[in-house]
Amino acid sequence: MIVTAMDVYKLLPKTNCGICGEASCMAFATKLSEKEMELSLCTQMMDEELEKLKNILAPAVSEVTIGTGDKAITIGGDEVLYRYELTYYNPTALVVDVSDDLEESELEERVKTIKDTEFERTGEKLTLDAIAIRNKSGNSEKFVETVKKVKDANLPLLLCSFNPDSMKAALKIVGSDRPLIYATTEYNIEEMAALALEYDCPITLFIPNDLDKMKELSNVLRSKGIKDIVLDPGTFVDAGIGDSLDNFIMIRRQAIEENDEDFRFPIMGVPAVTWISSKEDKVTTGMREATIAATLMNKYADILIMHGADIWELIPVLTLRQSLYTDPRKPQAVDPGIYEFGDVNENSPVLMTTNFALTYYTVEGDLKSGNVNCYLLVLDTGGRAVDVSVAGNQLNAKSVTDLIRNSGIENGVNHQKLIIPGLAAPVSGEIEDESGWEVMVGPRDSSGIPDFLTEKW
Amino acid sequence: MDKMMQLLKLLEKTDYIEINEFRMDFDELEFHLMPAVQQIVGKTREESIIGKEVIPSTPAVGEFVPPVHEYPGKIAEVQLGAGTRQTVYLGGQRALYRFEEPQPNPPVVTFDVFDIPMPGLPRPIREHFSDVMDHPGDWAKKAVHDFGANMVTIHLIGTGPKVMDKSPKDAAADIEEVLQAVDVPLVIGGSGDPKKDPIVLEKAAEAAEGERCLLASANLDLDYKKVAKAALDYNHAVLSWAITDVNMQKTLNRYLMKEGLKPEDIVMDPTTCALGYGIEFSVDVITRTRLAALRGDKDLQMPMSSGTTNAWGSREAWMKKDEWGPTKYRGPIWEIITGLTMMLCGVDIFMMLHPLSVQILKEIGDTFTRNYLTTKVPDISEWITQLEG
Repeated sequence: MIVTAMDVYKLLPKTNCGICGEASCMAFATKLSEKEMELSLCTQMMDEELEKLKNILAPAVSEVTIGTGDKAITIGGDEVLYRYELTYYNPTALVVDVSDDLEESELEERVKTIKDTEFERTGEKLTLDAIAIRNKSGNSEKFVETVKKVKDANLPLLLCSFNPDSMKAALKIVGSDRPLIYATTEYNIEEMAALALEYDCPITLFIPNDLDKMKELSNVLRSKGIKDIVLDPGTFVDAGIGDSLDNFIMIRRQAIEENDEDFRFPIMGVPAVTWISSKEDKVTTGMREATIAATLMNKYADILIMHGADIWELIPVLTLRQSLYTDPRKPQAVDPGIYEFGDVNENSPVLMTTNFALTYYTVEGDLKSGNVNCYLLVLDTGGRAVDVSVAGNQLNAKSVTDLIRNSGIENGVNHQKLIIPGLAAPVSGEIEDESGWEVMVGPRDSSGIPDFLTEKW
Repeated sequence: MDKMMQLLKLLEKTDYIEINEFRMDFDELEFHLMPAVQQIVGKTREESIIGKEVIPSTPAVGEFVPPVHEYPGKIAEVQLGAGTRQTVYLGGQRALYRFEEPQPNPPVVTFDVFDIPMPGLPRPIREHFSDVMDHPGDWAKKAVHDFGANMVTIHLIGTGPKVMDKSPKDAAADIEEVLQAVDVPLVIGGSGDPKKDPIVLEKAAEAAEGERCLLASANLDLDYKKVAKAALDYNHAVLSWAITDVNMQKTLNRYLMKEGLKPEDIVMDPTTCALGYGIEFSVDVITRTRLAALRGDKDLQMPMSSGTTNAWGSREAWMKKDEWGPTKYRGPIWEIITGLTMMLCGVDIFMMLHPLSVQILKEIGDTFTRNYLTTKVPDISEWITQLEG
């Protein structure tokens, strides 16, 4: 369900008092509907309207917070089935597991890897969100020992055990840190639900491949007053992934289109199960795990437990998350014009790229990390990448010539040489003819710019 | 504020706003364009044509009823391969997901083969094909016999005026070589030169008369009429390529149909932006295209194609960088996830390069033709203790 600013506006006091910080109630309504401001900022609400508004502003998929403090993560919160309709909220949490039967040194090493995993792209640092501790030993003392050690990592925790005694023992240690309980099943629901209530922790309901039962037991949890529920309908690899997809999609449709209260919760996928049945080598298994993670993330997974922690396996999954959770309402373009990097003078090279945000930030990152001194002309291609705008004819002789003339670069340098992206090579000749500048075709990937300039400039 | 409320009241029952010959003079004006209005304006095109799919009414409390929709539209089924070729069918869906109705045909992968040795191909690809890259026929044979390709795409890159400027006649000879070497259906691609491609495709189409290949591509920047005519004259299908723009795609499809092609003769390429390089734009466009088709938009009821090979251009796929791990693993995975993401939005045919990527994508795609809850799934109820390490 998409809540419109109109729906919200009708319930606001319409006094335009400005106390919330917005100029008008309409502006506040717009921000509320886009989840950019908090309802509590309005001090003039009547109780009845306040309740109604709280209700309509509650997301179709409820938000569940795991952990406390600045490392806490929130999952869920989605309003739509397709990102183009609005945007997806709260990026999928990526969790890596540790087992409670690891040697101390192995455990330390693995926790460090999880904490240190970081991949920077387009100016953003992409990282993992939480650690899942598995009670592999089945022994509650071992579980507690591991929990105590991992607690210091200061990341949100998932406590994975179907044994209520183990869970209780672990919650005694970290119950006040809001770990996610994994999991209640049809066999332990009374004990696990009691623990979730006692420690006020979110809880996962794990019912593989049976949405009838999942609905029934979700209802049981809700009727006990539990509000923070995560649904795991089972992750199946190989041909079973078809059923997992069906389950994920049906759950989300029930939440968004049917307003089915029993399914209005975040969904968990466990790509880690890929490693259980795999007869393939470690690399292929890692690729398959990343594939399963990407499959489920595309279709509504709000949290994923992974087992493989190799960076090459995590990079594509982190990148997909960054892509899918970009807000489509925000322009994907930077301002066209002239940009300076490092110390520039009249002899500095002049490079060109397009104003597609991803392209620009990639080039910017490479120029900065390569300590390049240069001018960068940014062409308005309506936010299209280089190859796309060459194909679509936004990057052509005329547009580039206009950019040279209007940017003022002709007054900034005493040469007439333009370095264009390698992917724009097909139009290099016509740019020369039209602009009168000498055109040099640069590397196809901007990571090659520093070397290119060393050699050719 | 009264006026505002009146306007809102009016808008409540409005699905469609059309403003004609609108003019406004002002010095300074502050707009709060409400998202509701944006959405209404944005949606009119799709909704005015339809038939939205029918959403079932709310079930009785406590009962789970699978949320199966009924759609007024159907995707055309396109046959590729005829004459001496095996046959492959694309499309034919009447639903978005298999729990509503399984796809009649699984997604298909077509292996990329080139008419020149392509020294620029990434090492993980060259590793598999370096012994056959001098002859497109041998290359195609290896793709089919060693890697189980259902289809082969022969890219006539060498015809590019700035590549080798091979003649349309040379291109036709390459096509004949590949036709002789394998009996799977072919996609025939040009060099991307808008002037030369139509002439090259015409000759290639003639050489492959009656074999029902997919001519790639027709777009608004070249003589698409020539490509359409070649397809009609020699019994082929046409790839209709638009650049991440649903309206451009509609326009081009309409033009192609005006030339005499039927939806059964057209496959759309809405453009695949690689993972990390704008894939979200492709996700949106492809999702909207398939939804519009199922909801009844006849201009978009064709199967879709993805140039998944684009993924190899991403630096994460090829750039040597120790802290990112071996490129050997990164390349295939980048191609898989790019293709997979497109497949989950409804794409039917994938142009790909790496054998492992092809295999993994096909395995997931094959599940789309099966019914919900008919696959034997492993028992994962004890996964916490089953998982080693």
